Formats: sequence, structure tokens, C-alpha cells
Amino acid sequence: MDLSFVILVEMLYAVASLILIGAGLAVVFGMMKVINLAHGEFMMMGGYATITAVGLGVNVFVAMLIIAPLIVGLIGLVVERLVIRHLYGRLVDTMLATWGLSLFFIGLTTMIFGNTTTGISTPIPGFAVGGYQINGYNFFIIVVAVLLLIGILAVLKTTRAGLIARGAMQRADMAATLGYSPDRIYMATFFCGSALSGLAGAVLAPLVGLVPTSGGAYIAKAFITVIAGGPSLVAGLLSSAGVFGVVSQVFTFAISPVIGEVALLIAAVILLRLLPQGITGRFFKGKL
Amino acid sequence: MQGSLSRDVIATVIVTAILLWIMPLLIGTYTLTVLVIYGMLGLSLGLIWGFGGILCFGQAAFFGLGAYTYAIAAINIGESTLPMILAVLVPAIFAALLGAMMFYGRLTDVYLGVITLVVTLILFKFMNSTAGPQYVIGNARMGGFNGIPGFQTLNVPGDPGAYIWGDAYFYVCAVALAIVFLLVSALLRSSFGRIAVGIRENETRMSLMGYDVRARKTVLFSTGAAIAGLAGALFANWGEIVTPNLFSLGQSAEIIIWCIVGGLGTRLGPILGAAGLAYVKFLLGQQHLIDNTLILGLILVLFVLFLPRGIVPALVSLWRISFGRRPLGRIHQARRSRNRERLHG
Repeated sequence: MDLSFVILVEMLYAVASLILIGAGLAVVFGMMKVINLAHGEFMMMGGYATITAVGLGVNVFVAMLIIAPLIVGLIGLVVERLVIRHLYGRLVDTMLATWGLSLFFIGLTTMIFGNTTTGISTPIPGFAVGGYQINGYNFFIIVVAVLLLIGILAVLKTTRAGLIARGAMQRADMAATLGYSPDRIYMATFFCGSALSGLAGAVLAPLVGLVPTSGGAYIAKAFITVIAGGPSLVAGLLSSAGVFGVVSQVFTFAISPVIGEVALLIAAVILLRLLPQGITGRFFKGKL
Repeated sequence: MQGSLSRDVIATVIVTAILLWIMPLLIGTYTLTVLVIYGMLGLSLGLIWGFGGILCFGQAAFFGLGAYTYAIAAINIGESTLPMILAVLVPAIFAALLGAMMFYGRLTDVYLGVITLVVTLILFKFMNSTAGPQYVIGNARMGGFNGIPGFQTLNVPGDPGAYIWGDAYFYVCAVALAIVFLLVSALLRSSFGRIAVGIRENETRMSLMGYDVRARKTVLFSTGAAIAGLAGALFANWGEIVTPNLFSLGQSAEIIIWCIVGGLGTRLGPILGAAGLAYVKFLLGQQHLIDNTLILGLILVLFVLFLPRGIVPALVSLWRISFGRRPLGRIHQARRSRNRERLHG
């Protein structure tokens, strides 16, 4: 009984962290068809922003939920204006340019913070369930992921800004005819996507030792979650994170964490081979 | 592709001979060897990406696979000829299987990129976790993160005691690169190569003309992997150790950067890009003012933004503008090409 509860929490946690990792990329890819390979580095910078802010005496939750997204969002804004803006519609070129950016940010962070591991302790204590110890912070991550999904859905479905963004996503030319500048919309969307990456990196930072190359650990997972999810933003994120999270945790508990990771990657290859347009390319069509 | 193959052979032999004479006077042969090996690795991706239109994010997988195959086989066999052959064959077969899975599933651009990236990551994670004594192939322990050291390095075929190392090894690598370059040239001149370029330009049209696009892409992909595998085996011999870092994302990224900077759709571009950037990296590694990765990243971004076709095509067009024959009027040009066609039947 206790064990099954622990496994359930671990699975939910795995799904939630995949949702967090993928969210920023999903916004940028789903709306603008830009594959941001510097996504992992955005998350890494979110982590560093949190740690620096906490070091300066800011409350850890303020640092994670407000400061880190803002800072990374601003970095994203600069990147969009300087680089991405010139490459819209050139999928492969954006991938290459953002890969270059990712290397650039790794180098920059190494120069500023040094090539050492830093970290902060988890702000929520763990507790015991029967004979097992559960990390209380896992619940926080699950809650953040759920709120994040609801938030994205609410913004896209109920607000005027969301409506305009969705319109520009489907027909940029039509949105332009109606007097909305796609350029501005893309800029704002990229800001939101980067801010989400920063948030994810900040929230996950207490769980990992942060090094300048930490982004590499996220990017592959984010990439496959978003691509396997397909064109719909929320439904795709939820379904692919669900599949991959469960698969990796099942194999982690059954065999070992490394096999769990490998199983996740193999599941991604199989899924893409069977559903090359992603899960929501076949199912849940037309959902958000 | 202008001129004939025999002219290519002569030019390659002459240029190789001159470079073999001059380069060791400028740079140490130990560094040169690795530049040549990277050149071959760059050529392998340049072939499948530049001429086949297959953007593989995991060329490092085949490089690493070649290196590991060589190391494991060399420990078990104790001689280097057969391991060298295996190091070419194993990545080629692996790529053929992987390619068949992808191309027969009609996966394209981004999805292809994701799958090749993920396969590289799987290999990287797996090789890193093979530290325990249960991971043994024959007499070779996989060694996990530490890799496999201490295998038999290249020897004269048939005589395991006669090692090829130092300057001699550099000449072996350089000649190998020249031979691979010629083979690639011949391949591109053959009908297979021209059809591959056709597939790059318009896949639907080529399949409507009756060519089996999937099979051809798979074969090309596998050829590229074979070259990468050979480069991997040569690298293993040079470094005398193989580690999981050969499979790392950074390695894959570098190969792509070489091709972009050197110039896609050319044979020489990826080789020059690889050797040039590797040397720049080597020089940068000797200073500690600015981080190495930062500069590489900056180079990639700037090239994508300002020179997306790469250095070699840019230089070629600069040459044409400055020294080439004045471009003729359009009618004149059409007449001339018609005449040429008539002459060559």
C-alpha cells in the first residue's frame, strides 16, 4: 500500500517534471514553429538566476516564481530581436542558430560562475509514508505543473491576447490584415516561452546540482516531449509527458534509473516511428 | 560537378602530395593527424547532409561506434587489420538498420533530427553506465565513464609487432582521407550520386520518376556512417583510448558546425571546416581569457545569420566574380550550352 502510493507520487512527479521541461519549448514550437535548442540553457540560466537571487537574500519562492522567469524572459527577448527574428520560417537554420546560442550561453555562464556545481537546498521538507521517505518538494512540482497547464489553457482560451496569439499562429497574414503585427506577437510569444523555460529551470534547480552544461540534460527530454506531443499545445504536452513519464518510471522501479532513461528514449523513437506527426497529429485533433 | 574524374584524381594526388610535404613543417604531425581525422568525419556528414539532404544530428554516434568497435575487436583479436574492417562495417550496418527504420517510415527533417539525436543519447547513456564487471565483450571490459584504454594500435597488416605511429601514422591517415575523398567524388559522379542530389532537391519528383527514394537514402546514410566509422577507428588509434564522450551531444554539434562553416554541398568545405575549426579550437584551448564554447557558439550563430552557405561556396563565387569569365548574355549562354550538349551527345 505504502509502496504503491510512493510509486504513484513518483510517476506523477515524473510526468509533472516533463511537462515543466517541455512547456517553454512547446509554446515556442507550437506557436512559432521555432525549435529552440537553447531551451536547456534558458532553463539552466533560470536556475542560476534563482541561486543568485537567493544568495542576495531574496525569498526562495519569489526568486523561483517571479525573478527567474522575468530575467530569462528578458534574455529571450534580446535573443529573439537579435537572432531568431531573421530566421522565421527557416526551420533548420533556427535549429542551428539556437544550437550556437546554447553553446554561447554555456561558455558565458562558465566564464561568470565558473565550471563548478552549485545548488540550493529544497525549501520544503520531506515526510515519511509508512517505511518510505517522500520528498515534499515533489508535490510542489506537481502543483506548479498543474497550475501552469491550467494557466496556459486559460490565457489561450479566455483572454483577448490568447485569441490573437492563436489567430497569428494559424494565419499570420490574416492577423496582419486585421491590424495585429505578427512581429510583435512573435516577440511576445517568445518572451512567454523563454519565461516559462526560466520558471521550469528555477523550480527544478533545487533538485539538481547546477553546472553550466546542465541544459544538455533537459534539452533532449524537452525536444522529444514536444515533438512527440504534436501540434496541440496543452493536449500534446499532457499526453506525451504522460506516456514518457510513466514508461520511464516503470522501468526505473523495475530495473534501474539508467534503464528508465534509456526506456524513455526508446519509447520516443518508437512513438515517432508510429506517429510521425506526434500524438495530437492523430488523436485529439483540433484541441488546444 | 564539372570536369572528369581522372582530372579529379590527378588534382587530389598533387594537392595531397604538396600538403603532405608542407603541412608537417607548419604544425606538429600529432595535431595534424587529428585534424585529418576530423576532416574525414566532416566529410562523412558533408556527404549525407550536403548531397543527400539528410540532416543527421547523431553523426557522432557512428564515429563513436567505429571507435568502440575497433577498440573491442582489437583487444579480442590482438591485431589491427580485421578490427579496422569491422569498425567500418558495424556503423554501416547499424546506420542501414536505423536509416531503413526512419526512411521507410517516411520521417523527414525535424523528426529525423530528433531520432538521430535520441539514438546518440541512448548510446551515450548506455556506454556511461557500463562500468560494472558484467559488461564484457570477449576480453574487453567496457569501462563505463572511463572508456577502454590499452588496446592494440594500428600495425602493418600481418605483423602485429610492427606498430604504425607518430609521423608514419599521420601519413596513413592523410592518404586514407585522400582515398575516401576520391571515393566520395566517384560516388557523386556516378548515377547514384546524381540521383541522391536529385532527391535532395525534390524527393517527390524523383520518386515519381521511378527511383526508390527510401532505399537510396538508406544506402547513402549507411555510406556516410561507414566513413564516420573509419574516422572513429583512426581516432581511437590516435588517442589510444575510447570514452563515451565520443558519443556526446557536443561532438555531434561540432560536426554540424564544421559542415555549416565549411560549406554545404561541396566536398572540400566540410573537410576544411573541420580541420580549420579544430585547429582554431586547439589554439583557443591554449588561452584562458575567453571560454572556448562561447566562441564556437558565436561562430555558428554568425555563420547561420550572415553566411549560411559557408566559406567554400562564398570563396568560389568571389573567385568567379573577380577572375572568372564575364557572364555572357542569357541567349548566348543558352546557345553555348546547347552546342555543348550536341557535342557530348
